[in-house]
Amino acid sequence: MKLSHIAKELKFKIKCGEELLERDVSGGYVGDLLSDVMANSKKGNLWITRQTHQNIVAVASLKDLAGIVLVQGKEPDADALEKASIEGIPILVTELSSFDVAGKLYILLS
Amino acid sequence: MSFNYEQSFTIQGGNFTDAGEVSVFIKKTLQKMGIPSEILRRVAIATYESEINIISYAKAGVIYIRVTPENIIINIDDEGPGIENIELAMRAGYSTADEKIREMGFGAGMGIPNIINCSDDFTLTSEVSKGTHLKIIINISTN
Repeated sequence: MKLSHIAKELKFKIKCGEELLERDVSGGYVGDLLSDVMANSKKGNLWITRQTHQNIVAVASLKDLAGIVLVQGKEPDADALEKASIEGIPILVTELSSFDVAGKLYILLS
Repeated sequence: MSFNYEQSFTIQGGNFTDAGEVSVFIKKTLQKMGIPSEILRRVAIATYESEINIISYAKAGVIYIRVTPENIIINIDDEGPGIENIELAMRAGYSTADEKIREMGFGAGMGIPNIINCSDDFTLTSEVSKGTHLKIIINISTN
């Protein structure tokens, strides 16, 4: 399923990477520990996290993740946004919790 | 396919601003060379965790990578505090990271176990107050 469709259905706000939303999402991964996400996320996953600093961009780039969703109304740090734009990683935000995003995404994808 | 490449990268300790950039550069370089994606994934994890370890704990360090037709060799040398108990450091969940590092989502005690899981051959040697050396070998399967 395309990231644009998910973003619309779950009412995510797009912070950057608007032009990249036509990529396919293979599934989701929830994690705030970067090593856990490095080890266990899969290519094309949408990463659901509460980490907002710039280091999330390298993780998403290294693991070929489809994008990052920041939960509970968290906003990305300015340098995270800048890096994400350069690296081509969409960052989206939502007021929902990780649990709610994961649940809704699971239903959408199944 | 025949791969030949080598490069060294110097990393400053404590600089989280650029954390991961060397690993991203290595991944992109190897991707352009046509290294298979499963090998790329393992190299990315091994270099990333090594890079974060240098930044988290050492004054500075060097990541050296060499790609041959048979394998990828990654040597990491840091000028850091060294590891007192290597057996503990290799155990999943063990970490000496401070609160600041943990808040960023690092220091969960997964770094070295992640590297081991991605390596075909792994050695860690360390001298307290001098530094730590890692040697990681990832084989390139040609079939």
